[in-house]
Amino acid sequence: MTTRIFGSGIRRREDPRLITGGATYTDDVKLPGMAFAAILRSPHAHAKINSIDTSAAAAAPGVVAVYTGADTDGVLNPIPCAWIPPDSDVKAVDHPALAKDVVRYQGDAVAVVVAENRYQAEDALELIKVDYSILPAVVNPEAAMQPGAPQLHEDAPNNQAFHWVAAGGDTDAAFASADVIVKDTIVHQRLIPNAMEPRSAVATWTESMGELTLWSTSQNPHICRFLASLVTGVAEHKIRVIATEVGGGFGSKIPVYADEMITSFCSMQLGRPVKWTATRSEGFQATIHGRDHVEHVEMAATREGKITAVRSVIYAGMGAYLSTAGPGVPTILHGLMYCGPYDIAATKADIYGVFSNATPVDAYRGAGRPEATFLVERLVDLLAVELGIDPVELRRKNLIPKFEDGHDVASGITYDSGDYEPILNMVLGHVDYQALRQEQARMREHGEYMGIGVTCYSEICGLGPSQVAGAVGFGGGLWESAIVRFHPTGKVNVYTGVSPHGQGEETTFAQIVSDELGVDVDDVGIVHGDTSNTPMGWGTYGSRTTAVGAAALVLAVRKVKEKARLLAAHLLEAAEADVEYADGKFFVKGSPDQSKTIQEMATMANVAWNMPEGMEPGLEASAFYDPPNFVYPFGAHVAVVHVDPDNGHIEVKRYVAGDDCGPQINPMIVEGQVHGGVVQGAGQVLWEGAVYDDNGQLLTGSMTDYALPRAHMFPNIETLFTVTPSPHNPLGVKGIGETGAIASTATIYNAVMDALRPLGVTGIDMPLTPEKVWQAIREKQGS
Amino acid sequence: MKIQVTVNGKAHEKDVDPRTLLVHFLREDLGLTGTKVGCDTSQCGACVVNMDGTTVKSCTCLAVQADGSQITTIEGLSPKGELDAVQEAFWNNHGLQCGYCTAGMIMTAVELIDKNPNPTEDQVREGLKGNICRCTGYHNIVKAVLAAAEAKRS
Ligand code: FES
Ligand code: FES
Repeated sequence: MTTRIFGSGIRRREDPRLITGGATYTDDVKLPGMAFAAILRSPHAHAKINSIDTSAAAAAPGVVAVYTGADTDGVLNPIPCAWIPPDSDVKAVDHPALAKDVVRYQGDAVAVVVAENRYQAEDALELIKVDYSILPAVVNPEAAMQPGAPQLHEDAPNNQAFHWVAAGGDTDAAFASADVIVKDTIVHQRLIPNAMEPRSAVATWTESMGELTLWSTSQNPHICRFLASLVTGVAEHKIRVIATEVGGGFGSKIPVYADEMITSFCSMQLGRPVKWTATRSEGFQATIHGRDHVEHVEMAATREGKITAVRSVIYAGMGAYLSTAGPGVPTILHGLMYCGPYDIAATKADIYGVFSNATPVDAYRGAGRPEATFLVERLVDLLAVELGIDPVELRRKNLIPKFEDGHDVASGITYDSGDYEPILNMVLGHVDYQALRQEQARMREHGEYMGIGVTCYSEICGLGPSQVAGAVGFGGGLWESAIVRFHPTGKVNVYTGVSPHGQGEETTFAQIVSDELGVDVDDVGIVHGDTSNTPMGWGTYGSRTTAVGAAALVLAVRKVKEKARLLAAHLLEAAEADVEYADGKFFVKGSPDQSKTIQEMATMANVAWNMPEGMEPGLEASAFYDPPNFVYPFGAHVAVVHVDPDNGHIEVKRYVAGDDCGPQINPMIVEGQVHGGVVQGAGQVLWEGAVYDDNGQLLTGSMTDYALPRAHMFPNIETLFTVTPSPHNPLGVKGIGETGAIASTATIYNAVMDALRPLGVTGIDMPLTPEKVWQAIREKQGS
Repeated sequence: MKIQVTVNGKAHEKDVDPRTLLVHFLREDLGLTGTKVGCDTSQCGACVVNMDGTTVKSCTCLAVQADGSQITTIEGLSPKGELDAVQEAFWNNHGLQCGYCTAGMIMTAVELIDKNPNPTEDQVREGLKGNICRCTGYHNIVKAVLAAAEAKRS
């Protein structure tokens, strides 16, 4: 057998076009006759629109058209939410693409100008006069549910979007009989995803054909097509969505937004191509935010440190409207994960989805699972302090023992496989945990504050069985498909429904094909991101592209291989049962000289001169894969921080990520995913956070005010891995795109609190800015 | 206003609206879309190009200010079919994921190495402060820049 390319860290084939400026992202698309749209957004968080005067804008130089909600009313259907959790009472409130009577967050779209160029379009925006009556606003989700809070939607009393409870085991009894209970209030501040490519859309309507082509910065072009059809009324087969090159998403490019639909509307009205591209500041307001939880959480345990139950009451901000997958995030992706990697007999998540006068909230890297991991890991650390047990020992005591094929947890889900202790031992050994504790003790004697954070996690991804998707209220399926097609020259194309945008699947998918079929990796082309030439698929998010998309691919590859084998048997005049495959060749058992290459089979199948009786020409196959379960990657992370008590400054000295995502197709890419995720999670704990004032004005509305991680703010990341295959996945693989962000927020937070404990500080709301840390220390010293 | 600029070795004479940003001039008038726009507050560095030997954020410069200058963008960094050592190092070290920050990162790194052929990790990190990447956590970008510096030295 030649060396397997599965498992090798080969360079990415995506890169040559990206490092030379040769890639075409949506804003790079230029069509003949293209006009530019700019969208006027509400400056108020909550206001009644009395009137809109567009006359001056319409008369401005270069302006082609100006539209308001009155124009789109009855033409564009409301922007839908695609995830309505069952038994939850969700209020599917109307979300018009352009606001009609009321604006509900700063950034709500009010009017659109189309002009010959983008400067003219933006100039004209300033000429639109909107008469508003300002209404009281509320931003904090817990406050929004209090009596007397300003109301956003008539059919959602108390601003409650939904109430959802997930319970398993007897939580009440466990708390009633607990030796120890630890509690906390955790605020997961709003985060602004900030994929580096701003959202953009280019729409072109062909009147004579009744066809709409939409280039869109989407993580899931087929979902975009599906929802665009609902909104525009154009039949699904008359819509083509193209998202072949997308500059990062992190969840923020899952939703179908008003803006892309408005752009489509403009093109349909005007019969010419229209481009809209968000400015960064516009993105801050009108691209989804992430997290936004106010959580009241508690953990029950015995005096010996056996955790018996976890429960929560959570106010999860949804923003002003329900975004595409918004309600699924704090429910299914969060409330079912309170066991983490631990054996906990009872968990209960009591979740309120709440409307408030802020940007809609949806999936952002990790989506619900960082919050679940944080909740559990924070409480475990508090419990360790309460019981006077080393936090690592406490974790070890509660870890679920190794399992290879299914483990049921209290919330009712079944983890696929897990072996939690080896990865914990590996990271602890790597940092020499005992030595670190000794160093910490020595430093404390000198008034220096080092903190060590250790967390264990297990997460749910590889979304997921379609039956479960239906049962949990997702308005779509979650299977994937692939077509594998051999051309007459023996080269291969793969057409996949997933839509990578930085994760490198053009490379890893080619590695899989190469490995399975013995063709050179450079002879395999991967096609994705264009609904006109790829099969239906549900997109790239929830760490599902490899776990689900590659599984579909490998099934298709195996079908192709079997057909080629039968054809080879025919040509070799051998019994089918006697023909075997190895290294790209089919040969007669026992006589390896009598062989045919897979390329020869591709040629013959394509010319079809000599096919077995009844065999169709062509060498291609398609396959659909609907996973029987989610996959559950896991790991253990360690952070070492120094906190300067004089100025509150936190320095992350070391970060060690130990992860297990099963077998790795390309370890270099796996590590890259961990690096990016870890730093995004670090962003939440240390620097990032959307700040609104009491009137709902976004104060962190640009990159000047919102602190994104930069190169000098974080050290190199040390990555370690164990390999525990998923029992149900054809490749054994699990997801790795989100684990970094799922683990690092809690790990670094715990490390900082560990550092501050001698100073009496036990909790600070994120982000842990120097000012807040300094204040917290001051308060304790003053008291 | 009429301006004359040489971009990637090619001379252009164009009439531009005086308020046109250099980045829009490059992307829309010259069709050089390799240079990206990532923000509107001069924070992200996606738009970095080289003008007369130094890097500039082309979103923070008017096209008319570039009159008479020599500009290199990512498209002109290396001759067709070849890669600059920095490009090669980004490729070898997985210094990019979605690629959106990459042109700016590479253009910044090229100048950084020109000015300091043997940078330390800290100097690289400091030097990339003005460029935001949301995908990589910077780890492999820093590795790539150090590798490129080494390749250029040897
Ligand atoms: S686009 Fe120039 S700095 Fe962001
Ligand atoms: S590679 Fe995506 S922003 Fe840097």
